[in-house]
Amino acid sequence: MTKEKEFKRADGRALDETREIKAKVGIIKNADGSAMFSFGKSKAIAAVYGPRVLHPQHLQNPEKGILRCHYDMTPFSVSERKRPGPNRRSSEISFVTGKALEPVLQIQNYPNTVVDCYILIVEADASTRCAGINAASLALANAGLPMNELVAAVSIGKTGDSFVVDLSKEEEDFTIMKDGEEIKAATDIPISMLSRSEKISLIQLDGKIKASELKEAIALAKKSCREIIKIQKKALKEVKDN
Amino acid sequence: MPYRRENYTNREDMKEEETREMPEEIDHEKSRDIVVPGEILAKGKEILPGEGTRREGEEIVSSRFGLLDKTDRLVKVIPLSGAYIPRAGNTVIGQIVDVNFNGWNIDVLSSYQAFLPVMECFGYINKKDLTEVYDFNEILVVKIRAVKPRSIELTMKEKGLKKLEGGMLIKVNSARVPRIIGKAGSMVKTIKDETNCNIIVGQNGLVWIKGERVEDEIIAKKAIEIISEKPFEVGLTEKVKEFLEKNKKK
Amino acid sequence: MEISTVMKKRIEEIISKEKRIDDRELIESRELEIEIGISSKAEGSAQVKLGDTEVLAGIKLDLVEPFRDSPDAGVLTVNAELSPLASDRFESGPPGVKTIELARLIDRGLRNSECIDFKKLCVKKGEKVWSLAVDIYPINDAGNLIDASAIASIAALSVAVFPEVKEDKVQYGELTNKKIPFTNLPITVTVYKVDGKFIIDPTTEEEDASVARVTFTFTYPNEDLHSMQKVGDELSEDELIEMEEIALKEGKRLNTKITGLLKKA
Repeated sequence: MTKEKEFKRADGRALDETREIKAKVGIIKNADGSAMFSFGKSKAIAAVYGPRVLHPQHLQNPEKGILRCHYDMTPFSVSERKRPGPNRRSSEISFVTGKALEPVLQIQNYPNTVVDCYILIVEADASTRCAGINAASLALANAGLPMNELVAAVSIGKTGDSFVVDLSKEEEDFTIMKDGEEIKAATDIPISMLSRSEKISLIQLDGKIKASELKEAIALAKKSCREIIKIQKKALKEVKDN
Repeated sequence: MPYRRENYTNREDMKEEETREMPEEIDHEKSRDIVVPGEILAKGKEILPGEGTRREGEEIVSSRFGLLDKTDRLVKVIPLSGAYIPRAGNTVIGQIVDVNFNGWNIDVLSSYQAFLPVMECFGYINKKDLTEVYDFNEILVVKIRAVKPRSIELTMKEKGLKKLEGGMLIKVNSARVPRIIGKAGSMVKTIKDETNCNIIVGQNGLVWIKGERVEDEIIAKKAIEIISEKPFEVGLTEKVKEFLEKNKKK
Repeated sequence: MEISTVMKKRIEEIISKEKRIDDRELIESRELEIEIGISSKAEGSAQVKLGDTEVLAGIKLDLVEPFRDSPDAGVLTVNAELSPLASDRFESGPPGVKTIELARLIDRGLRNSECIDFKKLCVKKGEKVWSLAVDIYPINDAGNLIDASAIASIAALSVAVFPEVKEDKVQYGELTNKKIPFTNLPITVTVYKVDGKFIIDPTTEEEDASVARVTFTFTYPNEDLHSMQKVGDELSEDELIEMEEIALKEGKRLNTKITGLLKKA
């Protein structure tokens, strides 16, 4: 236990403390809904267009509307310039982001249409998919879509012996020496939670934890997501000031 | 309430639902709270969940982002934003995007394409080339006859429906249309009278303004934008009247 | 959606009377705001708001081998991305003609104005030079993307610094406070022709109603013209000269305005 008390994060944060969060709604005028969300230096903006006609026709779903997420990063959001255009990572994140948001969206009454949600990472310092989900959730609400509840996401990490909330890039890149070699030793667990039911809509794990520790990670995420939801609500209610 | 997928072709079917065509029911001057999806709006079994809300046990919960409208008997959430949801009976303004042999494809700024068949126009049309009747990018004021799974069917067979010539076309948030029209059309009438313009407000958020002078049209446009862009202002009617008075002197 | 026939006529009519729907003069542009340093991962970055049009630009540096025919010169690439985030008129997918034109316009303006001293980007002749990548990312298109993107690019370049280098490798994340060799702002102004009159900084609808446009890039105070691009209907010699005069005058005002905004930023 003393070890936990002594553990200090590189930026001085407490174990269960997120970086400074900023959220603002209605930032892209052309879009039906839009928002900005940032954890410290990880900044995402999201724009929603729709429901609108989906072309080509064979992609349409006659039972309900479709949510399509498009995750992208600016070339200058990362240390080493990212070449423009989609890659496997962005395709995967687009997919899981959509899955994280679908459960709250009630677009079954808009058959054959699409809701396009574009997420752009302007500045990346780890936890970008979580910042993206938070921005997208706000943008979807701002777009006036039928939505049961909001979605909040945060990354839980394990560096060394402790679980920490909202991994920064430095923590994500945490390495230890093993047999004279530097190996990656941080575990990244992005989790998203629904605001009212508190059900989990996204969970991924990358690294190594004890099976018995999963419960603790989820509990930590839930606690953090509740705080994030408060901030999201405030941002939506402040739309009149924008 | 979400629109149903069955076609309802007459207004009788819509009686039970809240529609945006009945602004008289909403007191626009009341200051309202903004609510978010998932927020608890009321508790108790006696209160009814209206549009934009749902019941979960004892609680009535918001199903969208909007303004709370709560009485002892009914709770609803008035949309602040969002794409236009087409409903049969709505009068809308649309722009011709394609011309076929038997009608026109029309963009009504909605989630679906709309179609106006030749048969649904007034008079007898005997032109091989339909662009001679209504051409690309021209605008029409039409009525929605039916909403089908993939398309919206339009008609012009009613008084007042026609092609719009001259004037200007602006787009506003369709959620703000009831406010722009006002109680029994009072708001839009005030703007019409003060600017000497003819104004047609489509339920889909497209508004056509035609005046004697372009300057008058611009004043009407600005007045409408004041309403559209300030959904939270109380005393909006006064503010608009003030603005129109000020500009009348020009 | 394309502009309606009705609205196109109205805009033409208003402009022919030397007025504009938003009350501006024909040669008046919208309010300009510049924010720098919007991405700490970039060696230089900026966000520009011109009316409702918003563009992000970022500069990334890297050490590369020089081109064979210029062994002691740095390398510049300019890229743009017209994401559907910014407008329902943009589509996902590989860059289309509009995107490529935008990038090339900005590229020519930067290159021909010699605002970047490529020789000073040389680390070791024939072996290692700095490459500068300028990435332009509009996030809301409300007209006049070309000029807004040009402003974002020069704002980002004006604050860009070299990253640290250790043993020939770039230490990303560690910035020096040595600015890149960027001097003398190239100023880009596009003039649009609508119904026989000329306007600058059009809204989307005014762009739709226009029949031609010419983009000019100048440097001041010498008033040198470094690049031109004409698109659209044919123009007479007199019209071209008039457009140049309009652009030159507006460019001078912009040059002062941007310089002032960058000092404060």
